[in-house]
Amino acid sequence: MKIIVCLGVVPDTTTKVKFSGDNKEFDTSGVQWVINPWDELALTRAIQLKEDAGNTVDKVVVITVGSITTEPVIRKALAIGADEAVRIDVAPKDSYEVAFQLSEFLKNEQDQHFVFAGIESSDYNGAAVGGMLAELLGVNSVSSVSGLEIEGEKPRIFRDIDGGVETLEVDIPFVAIVQKGIAIEPRIPAMRGIMMARKKTLNVIPPAGTEAYTGITGFELPEPKPPCKIIESENAKELINLLQNEAKIL
Amino acid sequence: MAVLVYTENWDGKFKKTSFELVSYANKLAEMFNTNVVALSIGPVSEEELALLGNYGADKIISAAAGQFKILDNKVYVNLISSVAEKENAELIVLSHDNTGKALAPGLSVKLKAGLVSGVVELPSSTDPFTIKKKVFSGNAFARVEVKTGIKVLTLAKNSFEVVEKDGIAQIEALQDEVSQGDITTKVNEVNKQTGKILLTDAEIVVSGGRGMKSPDNWGPIEELAELLGAATACSRPVSDEGWRPHQEHTGQTGKIIAPNLYIAVGISGAIQHLAGVSSSRYIVAINTDKDAPIFEAADYGIVGDAMKVLPQLIQAVKEMKVS
Repeated sequence: MKIIVCLGVVPDTTTKVKFSGDNKEFDTSGVQWVINPWDELALTRAIQLKEDAGNTVDKVVVITVGSITTEPVIRKALAIGADEAVRIDVAPKDSYEVAFQLSEFLKNEQDQHFVFAGIESSDYNGAAVGGMLAELLGVNSVSSVSGLEIEGEKPRIFRDIDGGVETLEVDIPFVAIVQKGIAIEPRIPAMRGIMMARKKTLNVIPPAGTEAYTGITGFELPEPKPPCKIIESENAKELINLLQNEAKIL
Repeated sequence: MAVLVYTENWDGKFKKTSFELVSYANKLAEMFNTNVVALSIGPVSEEELALLGNYGADKIISAAAGQFKILDNKVYVNLISSVAEKENAELIVLSHDNTGKALAPGLSVKLKAGLVSGVVELPSSTDPFTIKKKVFSGNAFARVEVKTGIKVLTLAKNSFEVVEKDGIAQIEALQDEVSQGDITTKVNEVNKQTGKILLTDAEIVVSGGRGMKSPDNWGPIEELAELLGAATACSRPVSDEGWRPHQEHTGQTGKIIAPNLYIAVGISGAIQHLAGVSSSRYIVAINTDKDAPIFEAADYGIVGDAMKVLPQLIQAVKEMKVS
């Protein structure tokens, strides 16, 4: 059985966000591109499952909707341990377009498989692709997945709920929408992995025709915060006074 | 046309975010000169349901059938979209939390509706429909135009004031025999805190970072939190080390929270941490390093050793409560 991991490519999370002069576009100059952090955790878990002999997972495929500029990041996923990659060759305008392209490709998938998607992307924070993909494929999804084990072919899922966690069983196929906890630390590619990644397959697929439902018309930065008021550590009690009488929140 | 709002409950009680949501839906409905229909799923008492009328719901639909006891995304999406169609709803609003993130995308596809997640305001224009949302984990905002007739929105927490008004809503029970497809999600076990304050719903959060030096030093954090009626949280290194459960991790890849007051103790304030807490109304930082980035995000700061500062704060809160 294979695991298909939907992979988004995003600016490094420490990037200082800036926009073009007219605030219409994100300024990509000097930006380092990385695997979307949640997708990276999904990929890490998928590779761990492949390495575990207690289940039938034997292959990990990553799939990205993006232009050729995403390829170095896709190669990194292959270096970490994915076996194969697919890139659907279009720069998508919104989450729906990403999900639609993924579904057009995945609906023809014959082999039994699991689909993993990160819960959101760190750039546009849509938190939408996994759920949209499931609906487009006509399968169920489980969101807020913070743990996933597979025994044989049967998944056991841990879902975060308010104030706790549920253990679930879900009929396959389904889309697992994963978050923190599914894996702790993302993997760092080893030299051997980087060498092997060059030989692995990266299929480029033409996009299907569709139209985005939404479009970004402009950006703005938040108002700068007033400077922090410092209270002497010997007089820490003053903080409570300020919170009570100045901020009026206690 | 109507505005449909999904009001989630927790053990039969509506969350604060549900009231925020209804208040928001009410203003939205005013802009479009229409009504607010609230949908509640799961067992909720008449009395609790009626509360939604105080925030501007005109009609409340309660779907309490047993099949909705657990969150099965597909069943819920089918239910909400069938109600949306029946009520002729062109705007569907959910909270931008775990449940909203689980359901809004499916609704978007099912209803062929554009989705904008994490909106922070009412639309700036109704035609074309344009609305502001958070992007780059709160480091910027985008204006998004929705091109479809039906729209699905998820509202970011703490971005809209709860407004109480005198209103009486009509309550309607959804027929029990409504089938929304097969349930394919089975819950085997639930581990849920009881009696403790929910981190994502808390008004005050006390959070510890690596500066606490050891998991054994969490006593004062918990004591301060308890005195303030606050939830406890932590930074990523702390949950990665296993000092605290990962459910407490706040930050970009952990929980995104927006309490009225966030007290960060021994947290340096990496950009990824700030992404999860920067929507808090007030931030207090306690740190030994005066150059720590957390002080740039904070409203109030104390430069000093947490183990010396926290007992003073605990004492001060006790005195405040007495007076």
